[in-house]
Amino acid sequence: MATVYIPEPLQSLSRGEKEVTIEATTVRQIIARLEALYPGMEDALVEDEDLKPHIAVAVDGEVSILGLVEPVGADSEVHFIPALGGGSTER
Amino acid sequence: MSVSQVTPVIETPESSTNGYAVIGTRPIRPDGTDKVTGRAQYGADVRLTGLLYGKILRSPHAHARIKSIDVSRALVFPGVKAIVTAAELPQPSGKVTDLGEGAMINPRFMSNNCLAKDKVLYKGHAVAAVAATSPHIADEALALIDVDYEVLPAVLTAQDAMREDAPILHERLMALENPNLRPGGLREDTDTGPGTNVANHFVFEIGDVAQGFREADVIVEREYHTSTVHQGYIEPHSATALWNADGSLIIWCSSQGHFAIRDQTARIVGIPVSKVKVIPMEIGGGFGAKTLIYLEPVAALLSKKTGRPVKLAMSRTEVFQGTGPTSGTHIRIKMGAKKDGRITAAEACLIYEAGAFPGSPVNPGSQCMLAPYDIPNARVEGYDVVVNRPKSAAYRAPGAGAAAFAAESLIDELCEQLHMDPLEFRLLNGAKEGTRRVSGLRLPRIGYLETLQTAKAHPHYSTPLEGANRGRGVATGFWHNGTGPASATVSVNPDGTVILVEGSVDIGGSRASAAMHVAEVLGLAYGEVKPMVGDTDSVGFTSTTGGSGATFKTGWACYEAASDVKRQMIERAAKIWEVAPEDVEYAAGTLTYSKNPELRMTFRDLARRLNATGGPIVGRANVAPRGPGPGLAVHIVDVEVDPETGKTEILRYTALQDAGKAIHPSYVEGQIQGGVVQGIGWALNEEYVFNDRGEMLNASFLDYRMPTSLDLPMIDAVIVEVPNPGHPYGLRGVGEVSIVPPMAAIANAIYRATGTRMRHLPMSPGKVVEALSKQQPGN
Repeated sequence: MATVYIPEPLQSLSRGEKEVTIEATTVRQIIARLEALYPGMEDALVEDEDLKPHIAVAVDGEVSILGLVEPVGADSEVHFIPALGGGSTER
Repeated sequence: MSVSQVTPVIETPESSTNGYAVIGTRPIRPDGTDKVTGRAQYGADVRLTGLLYGKILRSPHAHARIKSIDVSRALVFPGVKAIVTAAELPQPSGKVTDLGEGAMINPRFMSNNCLAKDKVLYKGHAVAAVAATSPHIADEALALIDVDYEVLPAVLTAQDAMREDAPILHERLMALENPNLRPGGLREDTDTGPGTNVANHFVFEIGDVAQGFREADVIVEREYHTSTVHQGYIEPHSATALWNADGSLIIWCSSQGHFAIRDQTARIVGIPVSKVKVIPMEIGGGFGAKTLIYLEPVAALLSKKTGRPVKLAMSRTEVFQGTGPTSGTHIRIKMGAKKDGRITAAEACLIYEAGAFPGSPVNPGSQCMLAPYDIPNARVEGYDVVVNRPKSAAYRAPGAGAAAFAAESLIDELCEQLHMDPLEFRLLNGAKEGTRRVSGLRLPRIGYLETLQTAKAHPHYSTPLEGANRGRGVATGFWHNGTGPASATVSVNPDGTVILVEGSVDIGGSRASAAMHVAEVLGLAYGEVKPMVGDTDSVGFTSTTGGSGATFKTGWACYEAASDVKRQMIERAAKIWEVAPEDVEYAAGTLTYSKNPELRMTFRDLARRLNATGGPIVGRANVAPRGPGPGLAVHIVDVEVDPETGKTEILRYTALQDAGKAIHPSYVEGQIQGGVVQGIGWALNEEYVFNDRGEMLNASFLDYRMPTSLDLPMIDAVIVEVPNPGHPYGLRGVGEVSIVPPMAAIANAIYRATGTRMRHLPMSPGKVVEALSKQQPGN
């Protein structure tokens, strides 16, 4: 099961839970499970069938460029963090 | 791990390293001859039949409301063909949007930065543009445009901008409390809440910070300030646009990403991306700043109005006043450690000046500043604040250099109080694979400890530094490195050479590195691969050359495209020999039938026969690889400070960096040396000097003092190679982390030379003299 870290601003939705374990193979499935557990999560994270522009997802320490379709392993760590600007305008 | 202390000599292309034939060698860059003979075509070199010349009218005020713009006098000036203002640009949404291929912009802010709408927000803000038959006529016509301004009070620093009674730049700016919750940009019209200049505020936290500080034996807390500095690229911005009668738009410009320029321009002028073709010209430096549009939509509009091509080119003063420097910053940091040197807690607050529109690099600064260390309890808070200065743009490891100036200077004080060697302290606390960063993410395989060990063993570190007013400083730096989508095609020529078309603009030698990937895979000589950067209609989408990601992502694409060629060549040989493809071996550019080794062909032999045996072979790849692997650097510097003049001389500089695997060591060294030199300028001289009306007083290279070769010793670049498991050859991005440590390393050296801690950048002669006059040891 993947360990999903709930960012502090979303912990009001998760009733204070900072991390949960979820069985999923993609980030999209992670968010769907989060929504089922804590309604409102999908609205907070997703817009126009993609992650919100200011949000990045990191799987196993690597910030993903695939967003919702990023694969998630059985023992993955998943973080939702502010998107990084980096050396370009891209996330 | 392998370590090579490399001196900048050209080796023959035939030399090899680590079992590779091409990777690790130092061939001549493919664009070298054109560049040294002056034949290379940069943005401003474009000349087209019927070309008109554009000029931009810029605001004389740092903050003012535009009451009216009257262009009637200028329009009748002989030779003037068209004038545009923001009134002719569609006003796009103020909501941050994704352009669909990874680029994230706020179109309203971007449009309003290209041409001011309603308000000017900094001196130099573009207000209108003229196209005329000569640049001189266009220049004269600017003076005939009448703009009626209502001058408003300007706010120039983040601290002033955060006061309750501060002038507000954007009446509807949405103050984000966390980007995880809201998309940013402008509030809805119906939202009438109080105005703010704080565009964003966020917190990263791990562990129990209060408990961590309770466990500390030594705690140090300090404040640091850095000035606004410019990237200082040699080539000013320019753009030439041709709006055709069929509604299509062609743009010639130099940028770090022609696909990003295409997407941004299309959005701002309101046409589909398929109508826009951007032709990338050679680029004379970017360092992050040429990732944004300034002139392109303006030139496009002028071309649309006149039906002729229009060229806009900035002067150096316009570059300083009208394009993005990096942010000025204000940083407070506190760190605690046990007597044995182990860090127990850290806490920092970073306030970055975004300039006139939101988007400073405070986020990457916040995530990078503590990343070299394993700190169990940490909290980092960031503020992005708009001020009446040019909109900030990315500058080499955006945000990380200022943050490291604070963290690495503070750590030097902590080491002093603990009586610890600064490299030993870092070896004790250094991050490694699995270390959790303040953002919560665990680090992948990195080479920080190996680079520290290499630094400690380097002769520079153990050589006594003798003489008065001399000191040695060290500092380290982290940059996460980036990746993104990339595309490449490899076409086989009948003479056995190949054409490589890739999509990354070449800033630092990436064409050579890309060609080396292809040559290595196919067993060809480097010179048998002809690389070129395709325009936006000729190659698949490729994300911007930024984040130290070009060689990583485009290298991957080239590796895959070459592998595709290799697979097709094997199939073709099998077809010719009437054998199974799995029985054909490909090694060192030769195909062999494994069951009868006498049946063999070179790549060249087969290339000659392609058209007659099934047609040409073209390999292609489109990738979005993960795992760029962070870059880490350790710098050692010796300085001598003249106590009378305050001038700091760099006596010796050694920069060590984990490159994963140096594809082309000369270009890795060049990136290391370039970053160091920019860092030295940032540390010792460079700053935007403003008067109280927000006017930049030193907008020329005469007064904005960048280091030259006369100011510097040879920078000794030491490449450490801890392979990145996320790349077939193990490379890491190398372009940016080298600018992260210099400011702190030099500040620490100045302290050892003078006994005075410098906590404001730049540490220019006047400021050093002033600090020495107030000298209190240890402060």
